[in-house]
Amino acid sequence: MHELAISEQIVEGVAERMGTARIVGVRLEVGKLSGVLPDALRFCFELATEGTTLEGARLDIEEPDARAHCRGCGADFSTADQIVLCACGSAEVDLRSGTQLRIRSVEVM
Amino acid sequence: MCATCGCSDEAGVRVDGTALPHEHSHEHGHSHHHEPERTLRTVSLEQDVLAKNAALAERNRGWLAARHIAAINLMSSPGSGKTTLLERTVAEATGLSITVIEGDQETPIDADRIRAGGTPTVQINTGAGCHLDAEMFAGGLRALDPQEGAVVLIENVGNLVCPALFDLGEQARVVLMSVTEGADKPLKYPHMFRGADLVVLNKVDLVTYVDFDEDRFHADLRTINPSAPVQRVSATRGTGMRDWFAWLTEQAHSAGAAAEPILP
Repeated sequence: MHELAISEQIVEGVAERMGTARIVGVRLEVGKLSGVLPDALRFCFELATEGTTLEGARLDIEEPDARAHCRGCGADFSTADQIVLCACGSAEVDLRSGTQLRIRSVEVM
Repeated sequence: MCATCGCSDEAGVRVDGTALPHEHSHEHGHSHHHEPERTLRTVSLEQDVLAKNAALAERNRGWLAARHIAAINLMSSPGSGKTTLLERTVAEATGLSITVIEGDQETPIDADRIRAGGTPTVQINTGAGCHLDAEMFAGGLRALDPQEGAVVLIENVGNLVCPALFDLGEQARVVLMSVTEGADKPLKYPHMFRGADLVVLNKVDLVTYVDFDEDRFHADLRTINPSAPVQRVSATRGTGMRDWFAWLTEQAHSAGAAAEPILP
């Protein structure tokens, strides 16, 4: 259940930047290959924000597909699959994005 | 118990039984006299969620590099044989200056097993946590105080999911799996296997007794991680140890340590 640890990092990261401001919304980017489940994250976020400036904040999660470059045929492609294979069949790919876990913005009262 | 993260004196992170100081605050950061009529504004942050862990991991990496220490993060499911592999390694890889950091939710059992052979070992108990992070590893390094040129073998918490996300500042990641777990592990846990610099297949002495399709394992692994070498070992029988020790020696050399070649 690393989503709890991830939620704590979100609370800490936001508090560090925003101080004592009351946060009513958080927008996250959770790449499809990040290894984090948005539903588990929502559950843990509620627990982790209790008694903090983020308590009750709405959580919006963007889940972009991964982007990759095939070293075999040179194609750039996107995928939502955990197993990143180029259409040419090659697994020799460089991941350009998809594992990211980012706090994009917060809504402040 | 702390309502924020579930930690408590009983269940919090401990290094050799002593609580690790909390670096995150649980203080109430706001008063309860909110003014609902104030307008909302959006503030762009654009920062990595794990930025703090990443920064601490880089600090660990720098500390290790300055001392020519190779830190190896060993990850697997519970029961794959991590501790048995480490026991044999510290007993036989005598050309390397090995120290060990053990990560488990509870008990000093694993550290006691390694220490029994005289190897400097620190136990980190994560309590409620399911993985080691860079802060815990830094605490472990402070307690261990490894000498220059050492190899620090980190036995992460037995778990093929969570440890994959947390950079410790290690030089290399080893994923261990055993033939008794089934050949489908790489496909089921792609995140873990994708990040592996070396995959060690343990308990190969049992391969004739279990339904383990080794060709399928290799083919599946290659779709997740095309480049990580695979070593076949039996930590209990001593099979394949020469390759494993050679790999560790290479790691020590690339950290700048003057390790002796090991010829068991």
